[in-house]
Amino acid sequence: MGTFRSIVFSSVIAGFIVGLIVTVAQQFGTVPLILKAEVFEKAAETHQHEHDSAAAPQAAAAGHDHAGHSHADHDHGAAGWEPREGLERNAYTAVANVLTAIGFALLLAGFFAVRSGATGESISWHEGLLWGLAGFAVFTIAPGLGLPPELPGVPTAPLLSRQIWWLAAVLATAAGLALIVFRRTVPAAIAGVILLTLPHLIGAPELQHVETNVPSSLSHQFMVAVTLTSLVFWSLLGSLTSTIFARFDRNADRPA
Amino acid sequence: MSQLTNAQVTHLPVAAGQVGRLSQALMAMVLGVFIVGVVGFSHIDVIHNAAHDVRHSNAFPCH
Repeated sequence: MGTFRSIVFSSVIAGFIVGLIVTVAQQFGTVPLILKAEVFEKAAETHQHEHDSAAAPQAAAAGHDHAGHSHADHDHGAAGWEPREGLERNAYTAVANVLTAIGFALLLAGFFAVRSGATGESISWHEGLLWGLAGFAVFTIAPGLGLPPELPGVPTAPLLSRQIWWLAAVLATAAGLALIVFRRTVPAAIAGVILLTLPHLIGAPELQHVETNVPSSLSHQFMVAVTLTSLVFWSLLGSLTSTIFARFDRNADRPA
Repeated sequence: MSQLTNAQVTHLPVAAGQVGRLSQALMAMVLGVFIVGVVGFSHIDVIHNAAHDVRHSNAFPCH
């Protein structure tokens, strides 16, 4: 299990470092915008509740003030555990960031292991950086074209339909890029470009009418912040995971 | 799975080494996708609320 161990060790180390760095970057980039949007979101919910209780005073008197809640699968107003504001919330964000980074690092290092096994050479930090940028294209740019980074309080199409489109866009983009990079023939390149375009021709699920009190300037700032922090995330994750993996893999007893 | 790999090692040492590396890499990648899936896409409320800001910051579909 030498290879598996090398992959896991290097992914955990790289994921930990990158997850913590990105948590700090998010505190300056995305998190302040999320908190600002939540002020608008809460204001809209309060308004909605007042409206509901005026329309159905009996329901409100019976304690069913969530009965008329417009989006039932929306957790902010509903009961259920949430981390406390401030340190606790940010601690959970840090944990989730580290776990996400470890998960994506496992994916990257898996490719590094297969590549270096096939070529016989260990992976360089530069090659790792390019893989990281491919991850940025596959997991941020491609799905973000159809489903731009969304702030709390902005109404969206049903969650499951967006998750399915997100996954389809990721898979098609990954397959398209792989065809173009690794096949290097004209038919493969054409098929690759078609695969890159296809999810966007089909189109992401969206609502007919979007009404929100979250200002569009805030949404735009958020899009830029998400894209930039994600670029930092993937560049660091690609180069760090490859560097650490190459070191572990060289020392590990390679099978056969 | 290890039995399968060992059987192949006896017959085809070079190819088996590659297969072992490939299957180990695939295992790690499945584990990675599973972790990202739980943190970023699980519909369980508690996980959603804990990872809320990360889902938004990564532009994963949320809410």
